[in-house]
Amino acid sequence: MQTADILFLLLGLGVFGFYLGRGRALAVANPLGGIRQLHSLPSYYGMHIVICALIPSLLLFGLWIIFDSTVIDGLVMGSLPETITPSDNASYSLLLNKITNVASGIIPATGQPQALVDASAYKLYLENLSRWSLTTLVLMVSMSGLVWGRFKVQAKFQARQAVEKVMQNMLFGCACLAIFTTLGIVLSVLFESIQFFRSVSVYDFVFGLEWSPQTAIREDQVGSSGSFGAIPLFAGTLLVSAVAMVIAVPVGLMSAIYLAEYASKNIRTFAKPALEVLAGIPTVVYGFFAALTVAPFLRDLGNDFGVSISSESALAAGGVMGIMIIPFISSLADDVITAVPQSMRDGSLAMGATQSETISKVVIPAALPGIVGGIMLAVSRAIGETMIVVMAAGLAANLTANPLESVTTVTVQIVTLLTGDQEFDSPKTLAAFALGLMLFIVTLLLNIFALHIVKKYREQYE
Amino acid sequence: MNTSNIAEKEPKTTAKLSSEQTLEIEDNHITVGSCFSDNPKMTMRNVNVFYADKQAIFDVSLDIEKNEVIAMIGPSGCGKSTFLRTLNRMNDTVDGCRMDGDICMDGDDLYAPKLDVVELRARVGMVFQKPNPFPKSIYDNVAYGPKIHGLADSRVDLDEIVENSLRKASLWEEVKERLHQPGTGLSGGQQQRLCIARAIAVSPEVILMDEPCSALDPIATAKIEELIEELSENFTIAIVTHSMQQAARVSHRTAYFHLGKLIEVNPTEQVFTMPQHQLTEAYITGRFG
Repeated sequence: MQTADILFLLLGLGVFGFYLGRGRALAVANPLGGIRQLHSLPSYYGMHIVICALIPSLLLFGLWIIFDSTVIDGLVMGSLPETITPSDNASYSLLLNKITNVASGIIPATGQPQALVDASAYKLYLENLSRWSLTTLVLMVSMSGLVWGRFKVQAKFQARQAVEKVMQNMLFGCACLAIFTTLGIVLSVLFESIQFFRSVSVYDFVFGLEWSPQTAIREDQVGSSGSFGAIPLFAGTLLVSAVAMVIAVPVGLMSAIYLAEYASKNIRTFAKPALEVLAGIPTVVYGFFAALTVAPFLRDLGNDFGVSISSESALAAGGVMGIMIIPFISSLADDVITAVPQSMRDGSLAMGATQSETISKVVIPAALPGIVGGIMLAVSRAIGETMIVVMAAGLAANLTANPLESVTTVTVQIVTLLTGDQEFDSPKTLAAFALGLMLFIVTLLLNIFALHIVKKYREQYE
Repeated sequence: MNTSNIAEKEPKTTAKLSSEQTLEIEDNHITVGSCFSDNPKMTMRNVNVFYADKQAIFDVSLDIEKNEVIAMIGPSGCGKSTFLRTLNRMNDTVDGCRMDGDICMDGDDLYAPKLDVVELRARVGMVFQKPNPFPKSIYDNVAYGPKIHGLADSRVDLDEIVENSLRKASLWEEVKERLHQPGTGLSGGQQQRLCIARAIAVSPEVILMDEPCSALDPIATAKIEELIEELSENFTIAIVTHSMQQAARVSHRTAYFHLGKLIEVNPTEQVFTMPQHQLTEAYITGRFG
């Protein structure tokens, strides 16, 4: 039976189980004097049967699917006569592929060694066996769950609690899934980074001042020894982010203050969504806006004033990134400013403070922790931003603090290192993982710090 | 809403009690009692207040005498807080709120176009229902007003103002050791006294109190009431309260509001012993409210 068929069958069993349980509960309740005499509502008994019938069988099904092919391959390879048992990993998987292909008929069996043909026949037999036993087992488990659940339907059985508990565990499982995925990504980046740090020392990477990731492909190649100092990249990232924040923080904050404190209801209903549209523009659009409009404009402007501005200047990339971040800061700041109780404003106004005095002396100080938290989140957003800088920032790793020059960022380098065909064991490619790890650590620390501040702020008023 | 229902039902019962007066207010109700004064601090004439389309205050005229404590009582939603907030133009901050009529303090029109609201609010301080100290230190809370109005020339001056205000609000002894700790860390009653200290730090002439004790326990309430009595030596105080006992304890005159109209103003003792108007009597005897 095919996988989909089994799932449909299980689904049918589940639906049947629900009505079975509910009907049984009603039948139990009737002689006792109505469903009031049951511990739980009849549908809970139905749900309980569904759980009994489906969860263990689905678990078994999932595990079987995952380990099925590994076990079969192991058995098949074990059945081979010693003469053709492969010695190393590469020839092992080569042989396995060949057997699979023979078994599925892609390679004709004629002309292949007898042992190989036997093995592929054995593989087919095992696969068939596995599928049938899976079907039988899963259905048996499901049926017995159904019967057991049906047996449990009694007036005193606490079906509601049982269902609640399973629900809770399911939700917990979903939460765990997100956490484990993150953990998995972190670990994979970490392992690749460790591999990178085998060829380049951590010290050279973290404190090195030169970045030129070209490594020699041939032994005799000249001038491509590769140096992996990440400092210029992080300096570039910080420069671009700093330019972005210089634009985004004042503009975002002030528009938030205007929206929260001064704007009339009409303006607010129009302006707030309009500002948030900025957040909906894809970053790639911002990217070509930066590369094709802003950067040439700045360069020409510089020419007029006799200043040389690179056409891939940090100013252009950072400026556009700043515009992208404005709605991020303004909506966070708007939220915390509106959260400051009206009584604070009343108190200050009643003291004879003007509105701007009230805002600068009472409202902003009260909202400050939240605002700072929002800014920190925006900073980590700026550091991790990729598309704009890929398009508008340079590729050369200059170590400079001058925003008119071209710099490159960590994210740009990761993109360049991993685009196109790559060999995944050279330090050049692995460097991307190390950069990713560093970036992850930096943004993680920033986020933790920001969330901590935001949390502290919340405790103050609630 | 409740009160209006009751007010509509009331006449049947009152008809038995008194044949002359009913509990319905006439459309052109004229305030009974002594609402005018020879020595007024503030005078209000024919004040109407509207929230968008809804009228909240109907044609109220009242004088507040120098150094008196006047209490405003009445059922919820009767407009007493709204009325109080017209006296320092706090209603300006409410969208769609407008008023007509005259309100003067020492003869100056408070709603004159050229009037500086900032200066007005320095002369008419306000204490709110819920203690609302700023999230700053106790010292900075009190120093807030003097700083924005430039009342202190030096740090020493400011220290003095802060200490005096806290002493007048009888909070000094409790907080002198921790002036630089946050004001929000005080107890509810202390916070309210801090707000009073904050209000008197700019030496206002009138202090408006909008149910200053409704969020406080009886002991803290007693302290505030005691304080109001002391303050009345130097300040004119208008207090809105839900507690008739409190009005009776602290005020010299009592004004009774009903559905946006000022029903009766009389010396407090008279209001609580021999109310002139049927509605006042109904309210203070607890028949509604």
